[in-house]
Amino acid sequence: MLDTIWIPVVVVGVMGLIFGLGLSYASKKFEVAVDERVSKVREILPGANCAACGQTGCDAFAEAVVAGNSPVNGCPVGGADVAGKIAEIMGVETSDVEEKVARVLCGGTNDTCRKKFDYEGVQDCLAAANLFGGPQACNYGCVGLGNCARACPFDAIVIENGLARVIDSKCTGCGKCVAACPKKIIEMVPASLEYTVCCSSTDKGNIVRKNCDVGCIGCGRCVRACPVGAIELKDNLAKINPELCNNCGECAKVCPTKTIQIFLCRKLNQAAV
Amino acid sequence: MREIIVIIMGAVLVENFVLVRFLGICPFLGVSKKLNTAIGMSGAVIFVMTLASAFTWLVYEYLLAPFGLEYLQIIVFILVIAALVQLVETVLKKLVPSLYKALGIYLPLITTNCAVLGVALLNVERQYNFLSSVLFSFGAGLGFTLALILFAGVRERIEMSDIPESLKGLPITLIAASLVSVAFFGFQGLFQ
Repeated sequence: MLDTIWIPVVVVGVMGLIFGLGLSYASKKFEVAVDERVSKVREILPGANCAACGQTGCDAFAEAVVAGNSPVNGCPVGGADVAGKIAEIMGVETSDVEEKVARVLCGGTNDTCRKKFDYEGVQDCLAAANLFGGPQACNYGCVGLGNCARACPFDAIVIENGLARVIDSKCTGCGKCVAACPKKIIEMVPASLEYTVCCSSTDKGNIVRKNCDVGCIGCGRCVRACPVGAIELKDNLAKINPELCNNCGECAKVCPTKTIQIFLCRKLNQAAV
Repeated sequence: MREIIVIIMGAVLVENFVLVRFLGICPFLGVSKKLNTAIGMSGAVIFVMTLASAFTWLVYEYLLAPFGLEYLQIIVFILVIAALVQLVETVLKKLVPSLYKALGIYLPLITTNCAVLGVALLNVERQYNFLSSVLFSFGAGLGFTLALILFAGVRERIEMSDIPESLKGLPITLIAASLVSVAFFGFQGLFQ
């Protein structure tokens, strides 16, 4: 009678003991040296694994920060508090790291951009974009069905009159919208940059004019107007180099496509909020 | 040779663990949302299933059977599988970091996957020899992979479809899963 009890107890107990010893030996023997800063950073993080930073989770973010692939203030959930602590561990100032915001590089609303056809399918940018490049006459234009708005964890994107708009004050710079946009017309720029060429079209000027009232026609007047040489014209599209731009606004003054393609995205947004 | 093919193809098609035996439904629904996570999970399952069934077979044959402790098989198998997965994870992390990264979170998750335990128990029930049980488990892992990848494709299409409000999310996924499962029942009687 007792045998039926103690034999299984001993067998399972001994197996457990052997496995336990084996595992603890293995964990010592195969120990992987981890940068202690990684575990320190990981402890400070909120631990929600929300992936809003663009990494797969808090562990991955901690590793990326220590490896220098992510900014110390890359955790939008933790905010300035967490960023400060991480900066302390990494030995940098938080102000060294530039904040980024998303910008939609298109200005074509339902009023300013012509339509190829009326789209009545699945309300999804990718689906619409796969159909002859989307309902917009311009193949580089915002489809306006809100894939980016749905991808945004912080409700920082709104669709207004068929055009996605980023609310700067809510944008944390996680970059999820950039990945969600099938037209690839959302870009991360430094938050200090006040002027943005809100167009992605590399079509020739006359075609842009035909399709859209506010498209960049590549005239190059902004390039000549810029006192610091921060604007470059490439493939019929002006592009501001954020490292050189001093936010003087000369470009916006000379832009001939009346609705001002180079405009104060940030200030307009803040005024609207 | 014929026997080997029968065992593997049987495990993949006729007795597909997910779609015919309904084991491992949790990871099946959990990670089939995207193709690349499905592939990562499947790789981990094939790996662990094959290894675990080899070990559980040895434990059963040389420890449980001689002592007349067959009734302990479930608890002992769980112990063996959990310890083994932990060991594999530690070793992989050190020796093959790239594979460790690729398998990622899925490796520890499989510890509690009923398909892994199920294949170990089936090996015993059918009195397979060592080679057959390893082959059978490998086939079962392949079957899991097939089911997961097929279904990941189905789900990616579901995402894009216009679905009635009340069926959105899991309900339509379960309906789709049952349809795929019915399709797999067509393989019954493939081998005599």
